[in-house]
Amino acid sequence: MKYKKQYLYSKFERFWHWSQMLLVLLLTLTGFEIHGNLSIFGFETAVRLHNASAWSFMGLALLSIFWMLTSKQYVNFIPTKNKLKEQVQYYTSGIFKGMPHPTHKTLFNKLNPLQRITYAGLLILIFPVQIITGVAYLYYHYPANPIDAEGLRMAVAAHTMGAFLVVAFVIVHMYMTTTGYSVSANVKAMISGYEKEPQHEDEANKKTELQ
Amino acid sequence: MNSTLEKIASFIVVIILPALVIYFTVHFGLKRDEPVKIEVPLKSDTTPKVNHGEFEILQQKFVNPKDVTAACLSCHNRRDDELMKSTHWLWEREAEIPGRGKVKIGKMNIHNNFCTGAQGNNGSCMRCHIGYGWEDKSFDFNDATNIDCLVCHDKTDTYFKQKSMAGWPATEATATKEFPVPDYNYVAANVGYPDRDNCGVCHFYGGGGNNVKHGDLEEALYHTTKKVDVHMGEDGQNMVCVDCHEAQNHNIKGRSYSVGAENTNRLHCYQCHTNAPHNDKVLDYHNSKIACQTCHIPVYAKVNATTLYWDWSTAGRRDANGNAIKEYDADHNYSYLSIKGHFVFDNMVKPEYYWFNGTVDHFLRDDTIKDSPVQINSLFGDYSDPNAKIWPVKVHRGKQAYDPVYKQLLSVKLFAHNKGEGAFWEDLEWEPAIRLGMEYNNRPWSGEYDFIETEVYWPINHMVSQKEETLSCTDCHTREKGRLAKLNDFYLPGRDYNKLLDYSGFAIIILSLLGVIGHAILRIF
Repeated sequence: MKYKKQYLYSKFERFWHWSQMLLVLLLTLTGFEIHGNLSIFGFETAVRLHNASAWSFMGLALLSIFWMLTSKQYVNFIPTKNKLKEQVQYYTSGIFKGMPHPTHKTLFNKLNPLQRITYAGLLILIFPVQIITGVAYLYYHYPANPIDAEGLRMAVAAHTMGAFLVVAFVIVHMYMTTTGYSVSANVKAMISGYEKEPQHEDEANKKTELQ
Repeated sequence: MNSTLEKIASFIVVIILPALVIYFTVHFGLKRDEPVKIEVPLKSDTTPKVNHGEFEILQQKFVNPKDVTAACLSCHNRRDDELMKSTHWLWEREAEIPGRGKVKIGKMNIHNNFCTGAQGNNGSCMRCHIGYGWEDKSFDFNDATNIDCLVCHDKTDTYFKQKSMAGWPATEATATKEFPVPDYNYVAANVGYPDRDNCGVCHFYGGGGNNVKHGDLEEALYHTTKKVDVHMGEDGQNMVCVDCHEAQNHNIKGRSYSVGAENTNRLHCYQCHTNAPHNDKVLDYHNSKIACQTCHIPVYAKVNATTLYWDWSTAGRRDANGNAIKEYDADHNYSYLSIKGHFVFDNMVKPEYYWFNGTVDHFLRDDTIKDSPVQINSLFGDYSDPNAKIWPVKVHRGKQAYDPVYKQLLSVKLFAHNKGEGAFWEDLEWEPAIRLGMEYNNRPWSGEYDFIETEVYWPINHMVSQKEETLSCTDCHTREKGRLAKLNDFYLPGRDYNKLLDYSGFAIIILSLLGVIGHAILRIF
């Protein structure tokens, strides 16, 4: 079988991904400890680590926004309806029958339509909400003025819900890494930057429709 | 070759750099600066500028202590004017109370939750007035020689006001072994800034015994360790009362909310310690809603017990021989006295916690009772009040005599020099004691009495612990049985959660897990 090997993930992207993975792990563990569900670090350490990792996370977010804009990689995260149906059909039936992936990755089309929606939701909804509510909790102390945020009850609720959704995302995300051309192909790609995929004759001649 | 370089690059961006991000995050996240250290000159370190023993006027033969006062004032002129404006002298101050406007309150006219009220019990209570002979209403508040300079300024520890003598020290006629006539020349030759005992002789024994009232001010503080009080410990800073409670023109800083009401003339930790003493943001931010005392005074009454409950309704019992009874609890604190009723004493008490903005309401003498327990005073403040902080409070509960017809707390005559004068402590009879107490205070009484539950709130300020013994995060930030379990008007991380939200959140996580497991199973088979 022929393999197509293409360079999908730049050095920055891989650094971003794995750093973010560690920070999200730290934020999740410390966050749920502060929330009262875990006891790993001790409350005080958990608070300090949560605050510090929030700062690192925000710094990394700034870097990644800069990178996305300058490298135009943001296009990967723009949701599309194109092949959305096929993608849903693939995950709900085709994958069990060993059918080929309906979409193919390229540098400017790394994410399938379902991923695009999920990641856009993460980047546009969950991360900003976590950041805004988190920063409010750090700095909008005991709020009455100028906006009475009722002790940040809503902010806290949003932040907590965001945390649950992040955990759910991570579970599905980790599982989805196994749905590449081989179980480990996606993870290996995020390490080496290169993704290997088997290439059929007809597909090799086909241009990617997306983009 | 190219591939090796790429492998190294991958190793760096996938392992090394993310590890560095986490390393620096943890390193700077856990880094803590040293708390602010302060150096404050202490009043107690002042050496006297003059030797009072050399002044001729203080070498005269004194018989009446009022002559000592006159001698003091002959040099320290106008000091009497300052003192006669002070609450130590007037036992009342004007205060603006929300909902009431300006009122004059103090020991002069309000109820307390201990011996119920001073007025009419002058012989006993006014021993702690800074004057001589406030026996009754005829006391002259404008006679400067009625001021007792020595009770506060004696450095010899030999000058005392005699028990039951309305502020007079012993005379030739009344002297006992316990209370001899003071050697006025010796005392006057050795005066200076007040020491622990000058303040403590009254402030430690209020309510009829050591630590009955405050809980955080008691005779153990005469000689103590920093384990009990980090400021006053003789093995530490060795500070005395006036080192914090500074006075300007005899107006002493600090407000006791058992008698005061306004957020003025207070003493604050930040006056020495600044508003950011921890040099640590997470901790310093707490200060905008948590009083320093809350974390730094985890327990009070660290040595001797204080009263938490005082039930007057059972007072008056006699034994088979008709004598007054005294009963003690296992710790040798009295649990019942015929003259006072039942008590609950305890030491190493965990405070209760309330919002407090520095102002209080008082149940004024002639107020009508609306609810039980009667709030002898109540602290203003809640979460939304920008001036309110969470404070540790001694709540003293009890039962007091009240008029079930007029719905008022009763003024009771407790003290008299002799039996048969109608005082409760002598005769153990309520009817004459109430009648005489109400008469003295010019208050109407229906003739009936019963007992009603009462509560008073004393914010705790003293017996600050060493830093090792302060509260830790999880004393409050905990799901179950935290110190702030009863303060529910705000969201406290670690304690609070929204059940619906959390259950939904966990449901989403479980469904995600089930989803991927199910999907995986379908893929494999």
